[in-house]
Amino acid sequence: MADGSLLHTDIDAWLARHQAKDLLRFITCGSVDDGKSTLIGRLLYDTGAVPDDEIARLQRDSARGSAGGELDFSLLVDGLAAEREQGITIDVAYRYFATEARKFIVADTPGHEQYTRNMITGASTAETAVILVDARKGVLTQTRRHSFLVSLVGIRRVVLAVNKMDLVGFAQDVFDGIVADYRAFAQGLGFAQITAIPISGRDGDNIALVSARTPWYAGPTLLGYLETTPIAADELATRPFRMAVQGVIRPDLSFRGFTGQISAGQLRVGDEVRVCPSGRTTRVARIVGWSGDLPQATAGQSVTVTLADEVDVSRGDVLAAAANPPESAERFAATLVWMDEQPMVIGRSYWLKIGARTVAAVVAGLDHRVDVNTLEHLPAARLELNEIGSVVLRLDQTTPFDPYDLNVETGGFILIDRVTNATIAAGMLRAAERRADNIHWHAQTVDKSARARLKGQRSAVLWLTGLSGAGKSTLANRIEQRLLAEGRHTYILDGDNVRHGLNKDLGFSEADRVENIRRVAEVARLMADAGLIVLVAFISPFRADRDLARGLMAPGEFIEVHVDAPLAVAEARDPKGLYRKARAGELKNFTGIDSPYEPPIQPEVYIDTTTTSPDAAADRIVRLIEQRGLPGVDGEGI
Amino acid sequence: MECVVSFAAPPRDPVSALSHPDPLSPSDATPQPARLTHLQRLEAEAIHIIRETVAECERPVMLYSIGKDSAAMLHVAMKAFHPAKPPFPLLHVDTTWKFKEMIRFRDAHARNLGLELLVHTNPDGLAAGVGPFTHGSAVHTDIMKTQALKQALDRYGFDAAFGGARRDEEASRAKERIFSFRNAAHAWEPKAQRPELWRLYNARKHRGESLRVFPLSNWTELDVWQYIAAENIPLPDLYFAAERPVVERDGTLIMVDDDRMPLAPGETPQMKSVRFRTLGCYPLTGAVESTAATIPAILQEMLTSRTSERQGRVIDRDQAASMEKKKREGYF
Repeated sequence: MADGSLLHTDIDAWLARHQAKDLLRFITCGSVDDGKSTLIGRLLYDTGAVPDDEIARLQRDSARGSAGGELDFSLLVDGLAAEREQGITIDVAYRYFATEARKFIVADTPGHEQYTRNMITGASTAETAVILVDARKGVLTQTRRHSFLVSLVGIRRVVLAVNKMDLVGFAQDVFDGIVADYRAFAQGLGFAQITAIPISGRDGDNIALVSARTPWYAGPTLLGYLETTPIAADELATRPFRMAVQGVIRPDLSFRGFTGQISAGQLRVGDEVRVCPSGRTTRVARIVGWSGDLPQATAGQSVTVTLADEVDVSRGDVLAAAANPPESAERFAATLVWMDEQPMVIGRSYWLKIGARTVAAVVAGLDHRVDVNTLEHLPAARLELNEIGSVVLRLDQTTPFDPYDLNVETGGFILIDRVTNATIAAGMLRAAERRADNIHWHAQTVDKSARARLKGQRSAVLWLTGLSGAGKSTLANRIEQRLLAEGRHTYILDGDNVRHGLNKDLGFSEADRVENIRRVAEVARLMADAGLIVLVAFISPFRADRDLARGLMAPGEFIEVHVDAPLAVAEARDPKGLYRKARAGELKNFTGIDSPYEPPIQPEVYIDTTTTSPDAAADRIVRLIEQRGLPGVDGEGI
Repeated sequence: MECVVSFAAPPRDPVSALSHPDPLSPSDATPQPARLTHLQRLEAEAIHIIRETVAECERPVMLYSIGKDSAAMLHVAMKAFHPAKPPFPLLHVDTTWKFKEMIRFRDAHARNLGLELLVHTNPDGLAAGVGPFTHGSAVHTDIMKTQALKQALDRYGFDAAFGGARRDEEASRAKERIFSFRNAAHAWEPKAQRPELWRLYNARKHRGESLRVFPLSNWTELDVWQYIAAENIPLPDLYFAAERPVVERDGTLIMVDDDRMPLAPGETPQMKSVRFRTLGCYPLTGAVESTAATIPAILQEMLTSRTSERQGRVIDRDQAASMEKKKREGYF
């Protein structure tokens, strides 16, 4: 708040000026002890962002701390009690300050190796990065890692802030040597601009004010750079129009508005837009504003639009410039940053969220992982916490996208664990896996609901899970007989018949078990797409695998039936003599004996076969099926 | 006046554009699109966050504390769903110690906007007569705010609650996610926060777990004030200086809002021109002496005096890092 005079003399003018400022988001990264917290504290202090009572607290705390009575600016940003005790920064923190020219949001991220995920998180919303190097230590492994991560998330302009210049006597040759090292290393990272600045965070040299101690340096101060570097978000406005549809607003029958935040380009009333992935086109009828319609809107704005035609648009679709739409695909080459303690498993199903769209995704293959220190590509079988790899993803739905380098919003995604709901990876889509996928789907005239309607029913997948001997096959057969009598079209997929044919190449290793269920689920999906009511009777002991199957089906189509009997009862029934063999050690990995069964948490139907007869159970399930009616007559779809 | 959604962006400074050539900027032939100001970007972000919560959660609610941050957040929510109403109710946790004017304003504002307003008071605390004078601020805050909030969220089964907190308010807020996950006991675990990338928010949770969502996370106090001024958002009069009866307690000016305020023998409240930077329970909310009766005047005072707004809050001074502790216990 250096423009103090206006603040005192003409507050209205000051406010008008302040209100017109734009916003730059940046990230600071550096190793432990590079002086990152001190630098941020200094930026806050020099720009007047620290209130007087905070400064009083700082003076009190500095007297107690390690800086020996001088103001210790790092105390301004060390947030949590847990951190102060351990003397470290454990997570991404965001700080706010402003100068006469701009407002700033800085993401403060820790430099420890185990916190790569925090750096990626902080960098994902940043437009420029300040990479700190200790002048006494030069370019370290961690400097390389941070620079690589910064380039990975698409930051193209960086500052190399050579800090603690006071401790090397402001020597130009030290600075020049570090800058030369860094430029040589950073060549492969695709930065458009590297601005190197010699600073002292502790003393404030070249932070807000030009230092008298670096007469050999003619470039900008750190704040000078931050005030003038272009805003990356503004550049998105020149790209083709994209908006992920967040939702539909329908206050009454006459109004149907689609909401979203424009991720790229401009939108004007009358523009032709394409709904992706369906491929239908229409025109923008209105852009609805709070106090009247807007003639146009631009990247970064949250808007509500109405369309000229009654096309099918729902959450997760992308509205795009009709002449320049995104590609749509189901298989992708992508970069993954793994962020979870549990390693990535090839073949397991995860939730993938991109834009407003959440779909099931399987990592179909791992091409290589990247050593973040050397940038080498290494062969790998899995990704551990903080590892980065190049993978092939298979999604359960055709999904519109742009390569991440062209559009962060339509190319960036997260993976979510289906059981813990944790965010376990961040990713960047690079390309569709097959060139043939670069086709905009023509809306099909014969679809699932048409096929199902012809059969007088609605597609369904009844997934019967439970211990061997719990009564799944008995129940499945009983249900099918009833449905047949009602004139329904059905098919049973049973563990035994599939293992003898489609899956006869699979054994009982964990990977094979995942693949076994995946194939069965895919077959069930095809049959449901054909309009059938499919009964699947599989032990399917693992929740994640059943969730995978659920994720493949349309909402409401998957009906999980837990066919339950206590182990002792199932073992006593032992219709195939399998428990006897397992107990005798002749069968390994047998569910209930030496392999766990994870019961469903919220199955659509629960059947206790010790108290419910097969007929009564079948009755319940057939009633449920019959109540679902026909597709398209009960509000299905939007 | 609609400053925030208009395109009244200033022209780029031609001098600085020339002195810092930029390899990434489009060629001169490309028309320059309108630039968004910081307030436009913050508003767009908040709208996105609110819409995303509504799309991904079953039963959201907006915590409405009657203060300026709530006022700004509620206004953003009105815009997010216009021309429809926001599809969630407002919830006010009433400790029974709020300023009388806050309650009047609350009821009138909700009525004017046509929104459903739920008010919850901890019945156990009420029966036990818990209050700041008899039980101290720590107990009062825990029983009448933290516990009351948990009761209300459980009672209505809300799985997401919007709050107007900002990251610039306090150290532990600076590290909290926009979508802040709470376990079934409503506790916050700072070391187990979900990474939050780009604009992709993970709102998935198990039954019983819930989210606190902070659409104004990236706003500063100044941003909130400027937004309120630009959008003409109504506020309680308590924010503006007026003659009010106050007494001094431990160096803090406390307004005598009703006769529950214990006075020393012979003590009489003094009439002083004061205003409030934050609104809460009147015995715990310090007034500042001021003559600022308009938003520009308030900002002039605020920016030239530079004390943090939480200085007026008695609860934060009880112990170091107290907010972090309270959040772990389930405070908002």
